[in-house]
Amino acid sequence: MRLTQGTFSYLPDLTDEQIRAQIQYCLDNDWALSVEHTDDPHPRNVYWDMWGLPMFDLKDPAGILLEVNACRKAFPNRYIKVNGYDRRYGRQTVGLSFLVNRPPVEPGFRLDRQEFADRQVKYTLHAYATEKPVGERYEE
Amino acid sequence: MSEPRTTVAPAPAVDLDAAYRASNIEQVLEELDAELVGLAGVKTRIREIAALLLVARLREEQGLTTDRPTLHMSFTGKPGTGKTTVALRLAKILHQLGYVRKGHLVVATRDDLVGQYVGHTAPKTKELIKRAMGGVLFIDEAYYLYRPENERDYGQEAIEMLLQSMENQRDDLVVILAGYKERMDTFFQSNPGFHSRVGHHLDFQDYTLDELMAIAELMVQRQQYRFDDASREAFREYLVRRMRQPHFANARSVRNAIDRIKLRQANRLIATGGQVSKDELARIDAADVRQSRVFDDP
Repeated sequence: MRLTQGTFSYLPDLTDEQIRAQIQYCLDNDWALSVEHTDDPHPRNVYWDMWGLPMFDLKDPAGILLEVNACRKAFPNRYIKVNGYDRRYGRQTVGLSFLVNRPPVEPGFRLDRQEFADRQVKYTLHAYATEKPVGERYEE
Repeated sequence: MSEPRTTVAPAPAVDLDAAYRASNIEQVLEELDAELVGLAGVKTRIREIAALLLVARLREEQGLTTDRPTLHMSFTGKPGTGKTTVALRLAKILHQLGYVRKGHLVVATRDDLVGQYVGHTAPKTKELIKRAMGGVLFIDEAYYLYRPENERDYGQEAIEMLLQSMENQRDDLVVILAGYKERMDTFFQSNPGFHSRVGHHLDFQDYTLDELMAIAELMVQRQQYRFDDASREAFREYLVRRMRQPHFANARSVRNAIDRIKLRQANRLIATGGQVSKDELARIDAADVRQSRVFDDP
């Protein structure tokens, strides 16, 4: 199941040229860029691992693309995203965040139902990938 | 039955003049000529580089294979001969010719590249290289990176990283190494990797007295002051004396001298008091120049 998370997630995966253009858009808006990766695909997982520090005062997308490629090389089987942080007062949040890498095989999710008092049912999402410990997920 | 003969239409000729005009190089080069005094050798080389890049671009348009020329350079010369200024201009020219994407200049010295402890150097150097991407990385006094007397020096690590990115990120980065001629020569000798990757060696000659005077005029004019005949003569005399003294730093010394003259001029005007005309506010008096310590010695 193809994970759809962040901006552009319903489009086909971006090519490097398109990623470069999106990074350029962030730079034009004076947003600080950062690269993050994870192997926990749950949509509510907000704690992704940082790949290096956020990159300030860069002028050209090449520097960020360099980090993206370094991260892809180190974690080819993880989700990697690029964040553009808008530091302007009143916004101070991520302005753009999109996936730039995904594992070759994505096992997807299962819906768990929990029976509860008074015949209530609670639902939860269970990612098959998280059945394995961190670091061993998405390995062939 | 004979097959119809196909004639290959000759490719349309390229209009060099139009391409030259369209690239706006002439304007930048003229600016370079007007605002930088002397430096004939450097200017010629920059013209050559500009021509090379333009032709390379035309060749590309015509479908001829073109290797992207390597433009890593070394600027050698005494202090104050305009190395940083030329680097700034060059970044602009390279941007206009489409060789670099952004055309900004990142100035770095050893402190910006080399770390304080083990493992600090690589991220620091990488950070700087990333910042310079799409523009020009100018490393002032590059020979300080290499300290042969200390074999544990972290400078070597920075050098290796630089070499690697000069090779692998050729499309993203132009590196200019600058410093004194003699020390740069030894630096290149002890780091053959650098020598082979740096294609252009530009030597900045010391300015002559007339050139320094022209620089001074230009600086004074730009700050909307003016010399009168007496003070111009005094300043020329000042330069003759100053050039004989140690630590003479060409244009930088001229700039400092003018800054001090401005101080004295302001002081004189305040001391005189009363009404003062606009012209008087701009005029530099010979006395402002002659108060300098340089005139103390016989």
